Formats: sequence, structure tokens, C-alpha cells
Amino acid sequence: MSQATIPQSTPLRVVWWTIHDSLVMTRRNLIYYIREPRLIFFAGIQPVIFLLLFTFVFGGAIESGAPASIDYINYLIPGILAQTVIIASTQTTVGLADDLSKGMVDRFRSLPMSRAAVLAGRTLADSIRGIFTTVVLLTVGTLIGFRTENGIGAILSVIGLAFVIGYAFTWIAATLGLLVKNPEVAQVVGFIWIFPATFASSIFVPVSTMPEWLQGFAKNQPISVVTNAIRGLLWEKPSFTNLDAMALRAFVGLSDKDIQIALFWVAGILIVFVPLAIYNYSRTQ
Amino acid sequence: MSVNGEYAILAHDVHKTYNKVKALNGMNLQVPTGKVVGLLGPNGAGKTTLVRIITTLLKPDSGTVMIQGINVLEHPAQVRGTFGLAGQYPAVDEQLTGRENLVIVGELYHFGGREARHRAKDLLERFGLTDAADRPVKTYSGGMRRRLDLAASIVARPPVLILDEPTTGLDPRTRRDLWVFIKKLVQDGATLLLTTQYLEEADFLADQIVLIDSGKVVAQGTADELKSQIGGETITLQIEEIAQLDRIAQLIAPIGKTAPQVDTLTNTLILPVAKGTQSMVEVIRALDGSGVELVDIRLARPTLDDVFLQLTGNSKS
Repeated sequence: MSQATIPQSTPLRVVWWTIHDSLVMTRRNLIYYIREPRLIFFAGIQPVIFLLLFTFVFGGAIESGAPASIDYINYLIPGILAQTVIIASTQTTVGLADDLSKGMVDRFRSLPMSRAAVLAGRTLADSIRGIFTTVVLLTVGTLIGFRTENGIGAILSVIGLAFVIGYAFTWIAATLGLLVKNPEVAQVVGFIWIFPATFASSIFVPVSTMPEWLQGFAKNQPISVVTNAIRGLLWEKPSFTNLDAMALRAFVGLSDKDIQIALFWVAGILIVFVPLAIYNYSRTQ
Repeated sequence: MSVNGEYAILAHDVHKTYNKVKALNGMNLQVPTGKVVGLLGPNGAGKTTLVRIITTLLKPDSGTVMIQGINVLEHPAQVRGTFGLAGQYPAVDEQLTGRENLVIVGELYHFGGREARHRAKDLLERFGLTDAADRPVKTYSGGMRRRLDLAASIVARPPVLILDEPTTGLDPRTRRDLWVFIKKLVQDGATLLLTTQYLEEADFLADQIVLIDSGKVVAQGTADELKSQIGGETITLQIEEIAQLDRIAQLIAPIGKTAPQVDTLTNTLILPVAKGTQSMVEVIRALDGSGVELVDIRLARPTLDDVFLQLTGNSKS
């Protein structure tokens, strides 16, 4: 048999093969979702249930407390979008732990492929799946009364923002998946941090209605920042002729800088967790 | 240590401790180029640990490992292109088809789409999977998955092939079928390191057997050498009446290599013999007309159990 060829590694080649291998792995993971549509269906159904429950159960209480008229669905949709892409990231923990427990990762680690590709392919595929869920939520939301007057550009920006924050969180989830290694444990671990983090946020109720000790965390944590950034994109633009919109924004605590801060969070999470996950991956034994 | 092409895999004085358990305790292994070496040992002997170290998946605490003259610990990235690995559990994607599995592995070896598809097609044919090529792997039988896994391990046509318990969990017929495929793999001159729990498997496939226990080598040689090392074949007789045990022992003693072992609990005699079936005929002839009632008589070749009981016992005393 002939000797296997080992490509010479120059920096450019390393970058090229990292992208190539990551896309191969992304394709592999997306095939999984296409062959097993249940995974996508259940990922979509859970946030829809949340959306319906919260809209009809809490809607009335929230609407009566607001300083200007607002449909709770318009308050909730941005939060549910953020919550959904973050909950969806737990699938990354499970998928990775599953690969590790089945010996797939052993095969990949014994190939002369990029060390980052297994993780990059997993996180990218899971984030692409998140786009699908985002679209489903916006559609169901529209059916039960969600409206925006800011046009298709705003909707696309929202989908993009949901995608990048979801992508950042899949790297946190990947780091956890490499630490726990067992798919069942991964499922539980994912939810332990996600539930407190999504409820102690501006997703369901304005932070100003929470006890003061919780407000500091709830207001500044990334999930609230992203939720508020999405609200900023979808809600009516404030102006001196639209005082209601201004009052509403102040009540919920929106700021002009929410999008920038959200993108800083995305960058910060990626800067910390991408190297951490890759480090853990190459150390996994 | 000589490394100049003489040995495809070399491991020298490898130690590895996990969770305070010494998995490898001064392991040495030489796999000559172009040969098949069977690494035989019970569960927990250190087989998989050694394979993981050789294939860059695990770092040893100390020791040296080389594949094709390349130091595995110093140049893991270079080594990865030189061997194919099929691990203990088939590493194939359930939802993907057989063809997709092989194409993806080819692409990850950086062959490019066309070449990867071409190799996948060839391998599917070679491993008798053409008909199932476009079905998801979850519809495959255990034997088909193993075949696909083997195919995946040779996509790059590596000069060194490492198979970790390739037939564990298969039924005997499927196991034999797979042996034939493995035998074909090494006909082109590839070097093969194979781990197994089955003496029979090592016997069928390997030129040399390395027997390990508790993280080190306890014996090595060809299958015949190992068998003779532990005393070879035995004839076991079980009789009706305990009172006759001593008399029978006397009658058959001259036929054996040593005096028979007498077990009064089960009324059996175990006689180590040199000539197998010929000795069996002699034993029956010796007992003919003696009025002895036999419950059972059988010729036994050494089993893995015998090899272990004997050889691991020696290493500990």
C-alpha cells in the first residue's frame, strides 16, 4: 500500500483545511437533522408551547402594569427568540457527548484533520438549526398577534442576531459537553444553568419589577441584553411625537447601545470559550 | 532500538496510570513491517490503553512509541496520516449512509470530493456493501457495521493498520466472515496490529501473538509456541465409581507426558498428552476390557483460559 500523503502545513493551508474540515463536519451534522426530523420538530415545538402559555397566562398581568399600551406578545417574542436559541445550544452538549461516548470522536481524533473541525462543525450545524426554529417562532407569533412596523430588514437583523448569540452559546455548551462526556448527564447539566439564566432576565417580565438584589444581574446578563436588543429592532421607533414608545422603552430598560453590548457579549463568549473548548477537545482522552 | 524500517510499530517501556490503576506497566511491543501481530489479553489487561497510546489518542506517563520510524509523542500530527484505526466499537454514523460515511472520512483525509467518492465506491464493493451503500447505517447488521468501520479505517490506504477487538460482540459466523476480510487487507503487505480476547482469532490471523496481562507482556511467540509453552493438549476422563480412580490413573499414566491430575470431587482425571488423537486411541485401548465405566472422555486443546491461568499465574508467583 502506498504511503498516505501528509500535506505540508503552512499557516494558509492550516486555515484553509480548518475551514474545509469544519464545513465537512457541518454537513455531516446537518444530514443528521434532515434524517431525524423529530430532532428539529421537538426543538421547535417546545418554544412554541412556551410562547403560547406565557402569552395567554401572563399576558394580561403584564399589559396592565405597563405605562403605555403594549401587546404582551410583542414584549415576549424577542425574549422567546433569545431563550430558544440558548436552550437549543444544549443540543450541542448532548450531540458532542453522544459522539464522544460512541467512539466517533476517537476516529476523528485519529485522522489527520483539523483539531477544531469537530467542534466548529457541531456548533455551526446546531446554530443553523436554530435559524429554522427562529423562523417557526416568528411565524407562530405572527399568527397570534405579533406585529412589527420596521420591515423585513429588522426581521432579518433579528434572525441574524439570534443566530450569532446562539452560536456563541453553542461554544459554552460544547465546552460542557467535553467535560461531562455522557449524553444523559449532558442533558441535565444543560438545563441546570439555562433555566435560572433565562428566567432571571428580561425575557418574561421587565427587570424593574424584580427585587433590587436581582436587578443588577438580570439587567446586565447577556440574555437580557440580547432580548432588549431584539426589542429595539422590532418595536416602534421612539421620537418626540411618539411618547408612548419612549415611555415603554424606559419602562423595559432598552438602550441605544443594546446591539453593540450584545455583540460585545458574543465576541467575549467566543474569545473565552472557543479556545477553552478546543483545548479541552485536544486533551480529551 | 532499531527503527529503520524493520518495525512498523515499536513501543518501549510504556507506563500509564489512570485513576491510580496501572493500566500499562512497562509494556514493550515490536510489530515487524508487513507482519500481523495479535495482542491477546483479558479485559483490563491494557490492550485498548496501548492502542490508544499508539494512535495518539492518549499520552503515556512514560515510554517511547514509534510508528514507521516517527515518534508518536513528538509528532502526533504526522503519525495520524500513517495508520488506519478501527476501534472497539464501530465508529460509523448511524443516520448517514454507508457511502456518506466513507466519503466524509475521505474528505477529512483531504482527498477532495471526486477522489473521496471514488475510494468510497471501491471500498463498498470490496467489503460487499454495494447493495446497502445508500441505506442509513442504522439499518445495517452488526457485521455490516464492522465491515464499514474496517473500510473507513483503510480509506487512506495506510501502511499500518490497527484494529482493536474487531470482532467482539459478533456471532461466530459473522466473526469468521470478518476474519476473511481482515486477512485480505493484509495480503497487499500492510502491517497489522490486532487486539483480541479470542485465542482462536489470534491463531487464525496473526503471525505472532503477544500475550499481555496487568499492563505487561507475559509471553510471546507463534500460536503453536504459546500452546506448547503451557503444556499442550489434555485428555479428560470422567468415571462412574470413585473407587476406580486410582486404578485408571495407573492404567493411563504411561500414555501421558506426566501423571494424570485426579479430581475426586467430580470423579475426573486430566492427563496431559503429546500426540492428541493418537493418545486418545491409546487411552481407550488401555481401558478396553478393564471393566471401567466412563461417563465422558474428551480431548481438549489449550483454551485462552488455560493459557491465562498458567501464564498469568507464573508471572505473579
